[in-house]
Formats: sequence, C-alpha cells, structure tokens
Amino acid sequence: MNAPLRKAGVVILVLFGLLFANLNWVQGYKADAYRTSDYNGRVRVAEYEVPRGVIEAAGVPLARNKLTDDTLKYLRQYPGGQVYAPIVGYKPVNIAEVGIERSENEFLSGASDKLFADRVSAMFTGDKAGGGNVVLSIKPKAQETAWKQLTNNEGNAKKGSAVAIDPRTGAIQALASFPSYDPNPLANHDTKAAAAAYEKLNADKDKPLLNRALSETYPPGSTFKVIISAAALQNGYKQSTDIPAGSSYTAPGSGSPIRNSGDQSCPGEQVTLKEALTDSCNTGYARLGVELGGEKVKKAAQDWGFEQTDLTVGDLEGSGLPVAASHTGEIKNPDGSIDQAGLAQSSIGQKDVRMTTMQGALIAAAVANGGKQMRPYLVQQLLSPDRRPIYNASPQTLRTPVNSQVAGDLREMMVSVVENGTGKRAKISGFEVGGKTGTAQNATGADNHGWFIGFAYNDKGEAVSAVCVMLENVPDGGASAEAARISGLIMKAAAGQGGD
Amino acid sequence: MPRVPGTKTGRNAELGLLALAMILVAAYGATVEANQFDKITPTFWVPAALLSVLFVALHLVVRFTALYADPVLIPTVALINGLGVGFLRRLDLAKSIAAKQPEPGVFAGVGGRQLAWTLVALVLAAVLLLVVRDHKTVSRYAYTLGLVGIVLVMIPAVLPGSLSEVNGAKLWIKMGAFSIQPGEFAKLALVSFFAYYLVRKREVLSLASRRVLGIDFPRGRDLGPVITVWLLSLLVLVFEKDLGTALLYFGLFVVTLYVATERVSWLIIGLVMFFGGVYLAYLLGASIGGPFANFYDRATVWLDPFASANYNRLGGSYQLVQGLLGLGTGGLFGTGPGAGSPGFVPEVRNDFIFAGMGEEIGLFGLSALLVCYLLIVERGLRAALGVRDSFGKLVAGGLAFTLGLQVFVILGGITGLIPLTGQTTPFLSSGGSSLMANWLLIAMLLRISDASRRPATAGPAAQSGGSKQPPVQLHGAMTEVIKP
Repeated sequence: MNAPLRKAGVVILVLFGLLFANLNWVQGYKADAYRTSDYNGRVRVAEYEVPRGVIEAAGVPLARNKLTDDTLKYLRQYPGGQVYAPIVGYKPVNIAEVGIERSENEFLSGASDKLFADRVSAMFTGDKAGGGNVVLSIKPKAQETAWKQLTNNEGNAKKGSAVAIDPRTGAIQALASFPSYDPNPLANHDTKAAAAAYEKLNADKDKPLLNRALSETYPPGSTFKVIISAAALQNGYKQSTDIPAGSSYTAPGSGSPIRNSGDQSCPGEQVTLKEALTDSCNTGYARLGVELGGEKVKKAAQDWGFEQTDLTVGDLEGSGLPVAASHTGEIKNPDGSIDQAGLAQSSIGQKDVRMTTMQGALIAAAVANGGKQMRPYLVQQLLSPDRRPIYNASPQTLRTPVNSQVAGDLREMMVSVVENGTGKRAKISGFEVGGKTGTAQNATGADNHGWFIGFAYNDKGEAVSAVCVMLENVPDGGASAEAARISGLIMKAAAGQGGD
Repeated sequence: MPRVPGTKTGRNAELGLLALAMILVAAYGATVEANQFDKITPTFWVPAALLSVLFVALHLVVRFTALYADPVLIPTVALINGLGVGFLRRLDLAKSIAAKQPEPGVFAGVGGRQLAWTLVALVLAAVLLLVVRDHKTVSRYAYTLGLVGIVLVMIPAVLPGSLSEVNGAKLWIKMGAFSIQPGEFAKLALVSFFAYYLVRKREVLSLASRRVLGIDFPRGRDLGPVITVWLLSLLVLVFEKDLGTALLYFGLFVVTLYVATERVSWLIIGLVMFFGGVYLAYLLGASIGGPFANFYDRATVWLDPFASANYNRLGGSYQLVQGLLGLGTGGLFGTGPGAGSPGFVPEVRNDFIFAGMGEEIGLFGLSALLVCYLLIVERGLRAALGVRDSFGKLVAGGLAFTLGLQVFVILGGITGLIPLTGQTTPFLSSGGSSLMANWLLIAMLLRISDASRRPATAGPAAQSGGSKQPPVQLHGAMTEVIKP
C-alpha cells in the first residue's frame, strides 16, 4: 500500500503547486490591477486619508474637509451649497467628480505633477502631503447677488442663469444656474444615501443638476442684433447710417411677416442703425441681415465665438468645465441656396440660432474690452498645501472679433440702449452701463425667454464687468426688462459696490 | 513508557521547534500592535505565552503517551494555530480602536474565544492520546463511527435552512449563539470507517475482471460501495449546497479505496464520476434550477467574478472579489501584520481568513503558510508509510490526504482557482468545531506516527494499549506483505 500512498503524496504536492501558482497570479501578476480596482475600497480610504485641497473664492471656503471618525477620514463639505454648486460641483465617494472638483481633481487630490516637490518634501518630514488649494476668480458678492436675484426674479421665471466676467481679463465673477442643488448629500460617505440623493435630483423634471449657464443653448432673440450690428459696422455702415425698417417686413421667398414688438418702436420707414438697436427694431435688423447675406451673418457670429465646440472654463491650461457651442444654424434651403425668410428670422436671433449664457457674456465683454475677447476662466490661483502660489492665471486673448473702432461704435450704441432704449432697467448709478435686451420666442404657446447682455464702466472708464442674464419662459411679461434689472445689480456687486 | 537506549525520540527537537514557532507568534503579535497602536504594549507577549503553555502541556502528554511521535507535527500546527489567534486578535484590536474602546482582554473578542477554543481542542487531543494507546483499537468501533459519520453529514441537510444555513451553504447546526459544523467531525469518523471497511474488502475490490486499455477495471457488482458514497456526496452537493464538502468526502473515499486496492482504475472511475456529476449538476442548475441552482450560481460567479452583474448581485461575487483584491493589495510582501485593511473582506475571520492574512503577509508569507500545511500533510503520509498495519496506513493516509484536500478546496476557492465553497481553513479560521476536529486529526496522526517510528525493539505500541489482536502476529513475522 506504500506505492499508492506515495502517489497520494504527489497528488497533494501537485494540488499545492496549483495553489502556489495561482497565488503568484493573484498576488504577483494581477496585484497592481487589484490594488487599483474600482471595487477596491482601500483606494478610496487612501484617497480620503489626506485632506483634499480647499476650493475658495476671495477667502470664502466653497469646498472644505471635516475630520470624521469614519473609515474615510475626511468628509467633503460645501458651505456654498446650491449657490456655488454649478461651479464647484462635488466629489462623490465612488463615482466621478463634477465641476471644478473634477477639472482640478489632480491638483486637489495632490496627485498633480505640480505638487511633486511637495510630495517629496512630505516624504522627508514624514507628514502626509495634502492636496493643493484652488482659488476661484468668483466674486462672492456678485455670485450671491446673481443667485438671489435669479431665484427671486420679479418675472416669476422658474429657471435661469447668469454669468459675469471681468472684460479686461476674462476672470469669471459670477456663474449662477437656477434651479440648483445642494452638493453636500452627494458627497455623503454612505454611498447608498448619496446614490439615492443623486437619483432624486436626476429624476427632478426641473433638472437642477444641469448647468444652464454653460451647457444649455437657447434662442438669443434680440441680443443677437449686437452681432448683426457689428457685421454692418464692419461692412461700411455707420451708427448714423439709415437702414430700412417699417412696421412689418416679409422676407423674399415668403414666410410670415416680421413685426416689431411694439407699435411705438421704429414706425418709420428709415431709422439709423443706432436707433434700430436702441429700440430693438426687428424689421430693421431682419432687412439688414438679408442685405448682408447669410454667409456674412454666419461668419460674424463665428467671429464672436459661435460654433466653438472646445471651450472650457477652468484654468487656462485646458482643464475646466465644458461650454456648449452656440450655433447659428444652417440658414439654407434644401437646395443649398440661402433661406431668405430663415435669414431674416435668424438676424433677430430666432429660427435655429442658439446661444449659451456664457456666450452672451463673452459678446458683451468683448465689446467692453475694445474688441478683444478674453478667454474666460474660473481658476485664479493654485496654491500648494502650505499655500505657496503654484499657478496664477495670466489672461489670454481668445479672439478679436472686431477692431477697437467698431467696438467703440458698438459700445456707444449699447450705452444708448440702456440710456434711451429697451434696457433702461440695467442702469446703475455711478457707472456707464451699456447692453442689449432680448425677448426670445421659443416653443409655441410657451412664455418668452428674457435676455440681457451688458457691461459697466466705472467712473475711471475701466470696464469692470460684463454680464449675461437669461430667464427661461418668463410668465409675467417684461422678460428682458427683468433680465436687465438683474444684470445691473450683478455688475454693481461685481464692481465691489452694493451686493444685495 | 521507557525510551529504548540508542534511539532518537525527537521530543527535544519538538520542544525546540515549538519554541521557535511561539517566538514567531509573539513577534507577529508585536508587529500587529506596532502597526495598530504605533507602539508595542508591555503585554504583547501574553497571548503567545498562554499558547506556549498549552502547547508545551500537549508536548508533555506526548512525551508520556507517544514518545516516538513525529516531532514536526505539533510545532507546525502550533505555528498556524498561533498565527490564527494572532490575526483574529488583530481584527479585535482594529475594531476596538475604531470604536474608541480600550484594548480587549486576552480572552475577549474573537481572538480570545479562539484562544479558549484552542485550550479545549488541545484537551481533546490529549484525551485522545491518553485513551487511545493503540490506533488499531479504533477499528473495533468502525461501524459505529461510520453510522455517526453519516448522521453527522446528513444532519444539516435535513435541518431547516434557518438552523443550518450560513452564506448559502447548509453545513451547520445552529443553536442560538452557538453553532457547530458537524462535517468537521464527520470526516474523522468516516476515515476510520472507510479504512476498516477497505481493509476487510480490499482483496475482493482489487480483483480485476476486465482489462481495458491496459487498466484493470473491477466487476460491476463490486462497484456498489463507491456508487453509494458517490450518491451520498452528490446529495451533499445538492442539499447542503456545497461543492467543497462533496469533493472532500468523495475524494477521501476514492483515495482510501485506491490506497487499499492499489488499482488506478478506482481513481479513474472516481474522477470521471465526480466531475461528470459536477458537470451534470451545473447543467441541471442552468436548465431546471431547483436544488441545483445554488451550485450553478457559484459556478457562474467563479467563471467571471469581476462581471458587474455577478458582483452587484446579492449573494454574488462580492465576497470573492473583495478577497482577491485584498490578496492583490498585499502583493509580494504584504502590508505587514496589522497594517492592512482586512475589514473590506466579508467573513474575514472564517472562510476568508487566508485572504485577510494574505493582504498583510503577502505572497511570501502565504507561501510559507502553504509550506507549513504541506509539511503537516506529508508528515502524516510519512506516518502512513511507516506504520505496519493496513488499518493504520489507511487511517493516517486518509486523514492526511483529507487535510490537504480541505486546504486545497478552501484556498483554491478563495483565490479563484475553483468555485468557492464554505470550508474552514484548518487551524486558522475562527470556530471551535474546526479547531477541535483538526486537533483530533493531529492527535490521531501523532498516535499512528508513534507506532510507525517506534523502534522494533521497543515493543509494539499494542503492549501498552488494549488491542485484542495478539501483538506477536505483527511483531514477529509479517502477516501482511507490504510493497516497498
């Protein structure tokens, strides 16, 4: 019986050999894959072992950490709540981050190459290096004003957004989207509770998770007339050039007639370009667009930033929140020729023209900055864990849609809109304010959207703020006037005056 | 029992190895404290010292009752057992730190309970050594043991799930806070029964009738016993929902059968029947479900544990995956005792203790642990080789092989080599049944190894025992032809 016993011994040896080989596979070959697997909770624990960087604006913390007794050591908190949620976003435990938390994740977590030296020095001192801090360009007063005014708008709109930019640098002063959400429950360490909170927000028909300032496009209405004006000024028109207007206009190739919003605005057959903008003369701009032609209109819109698909707002090195592209639409008949009726409609910002709130602010900012459109950014500074500056935003010119002379003409025309025309409610004392209103029809039977794009110069003649406010489906009428009023308040707050 | 002058008993070597093992256990405890508290407490050595007292006591019992027993067995098992207690205590420490409670006492928590169970298990082992002075006396109770074994196997199957089911496998008898795994004891009883039965029937079973492809196959009517045990183990597979246990019983029987008859054909028949049966169960599970569904489930989970459908399903691969991730995180060298996060692995104190330890001691540590198990199994087989009677050979061989197979089944399950089953890891997992049964197994191996290593001039062990067999038969002329 000894021979089979020896063979049984060999069998055990072989079985243990298999175990050993398999252990090598699991702990050797697959070790790295398992160590970093999404299923591996240790990855998360290690991530939460060191404090993540703080996100702040003008000294106000917007995302910070609280030491807890959990397995995950630090709890992420968002004291700014829904006011800042569209900018800051949130960092959930087991899924991808959102907002600045996402775009600056590497820096905030401390994994960025920029923090290499800090990690090395932490290794020697034995401390655990935390993540780097992000300082936003947001002006808390402007942001709070934007949120407060949007949520309490006098037109009873249920949705809207606002963007304010420093025209000279591109620094974003305010970026609000309404309705918004509280990011705190989404960062809950109890992933089931966090998932439930997310599901609830995601199922909300008002889509509070949507960033309406950056990712949604709407028909811009009359705000688009600024671009048509620019195209005209570049093609030999002057502010004082008379353009044909009239109370009604039907474009060649049929279509329903275009009328002016009120009988009192530009009733005459001829108005100057400046008057047409001041009174937001639909017939004048429809005819002007048709006169300029479809190619020139589309080209002008592109010059101001329409059709750009890869714009992000974050740091100026490329990572940031994506901005949806604004479009003019094809404006063509099925046979490829220019659709004249469509062109007439497009010239007053209807038909297939779509614009983001960010794009609206960029247009106003470029006018205010003498024709130079600065690249918008949210990240002003990156600080090391011990708050040593590592990155400072150095403003970049994104594009130059018009020269300074045309920009000057546009500025005068837009100031006239606020002084004498449709944008009077944007006026703020002590500042020279210019702008353009827009009332956009959208779906049949739906209330109009209200727009305002504008800018403000202080008494030293510095362009302190450019803004775009957009109110969705305003039920109570006066949509654009309300947008103008809110714009004025935001710009005043951004300029360091008032707030509230 | 007097020592024969000029012979080596190996008892001093045993004591020396035991000291080494206990030093390792103490060092493990110290490392755990260093990693958990960032300091080593003045009392770190207490659990190791208590264990040392217990093992030295067993060593003394062996000195008096089995002087020539294999000196490697006790130290090796003591090392594994001690590390098990150390790891369970490490889990308690982590828990008390998380709850901001003071350090648990030596007998508190899971680690403390394991320490207490070790005491009970060692007492049982000592009692077995004291009572059974000759392993052959066991054969007198073979039929009783066989019946007891089968009853123990069947109890969880007939009990309602609420009293017998843990994690989908019906292997338990639950009585309030207390639960035992009767299968652990059943394997001891069954080995003894199989050995007795086969010693008596080996001539008949080794009769060959037909020769196919150069292999002798048994006559049809001699297939009865093997078919019975095959059916029994398949019933276990279906009703106790546990492939590992089924594999364990069947493998045990086929190997003792093979050793007894020296016919390879039994091995082939056994393997074909078992894997055929398992495949059939898989197919039935996939098509008709019912009692086979659980096995099919485990098999699909094993085939692709990382598929999100398997991972997210209740009772899916979560446990297996977390175990694998723990092992992978440990890598080659591990995080160090006490520095890992075994808390992520469900059931880390029971079935998955190997994965929990693997994160902290790494591939190198686990390999050393594997070598320890291999050493125990091979020393057991060595005792079987050396002992002179067939019954002793079959018992020692069967027990050693079963132990090896059980280690393979559970570790293979945890590392994803074979479908996962609810076996305990011998001497490591928390729980009294497993510890007691396996220490009894070791006591039996010690008893048989004593007989096998005893010099012929020292007189047969039977002299001091109570065997009714006249010892002269074995002592003088060989009554059995033992092939080299």
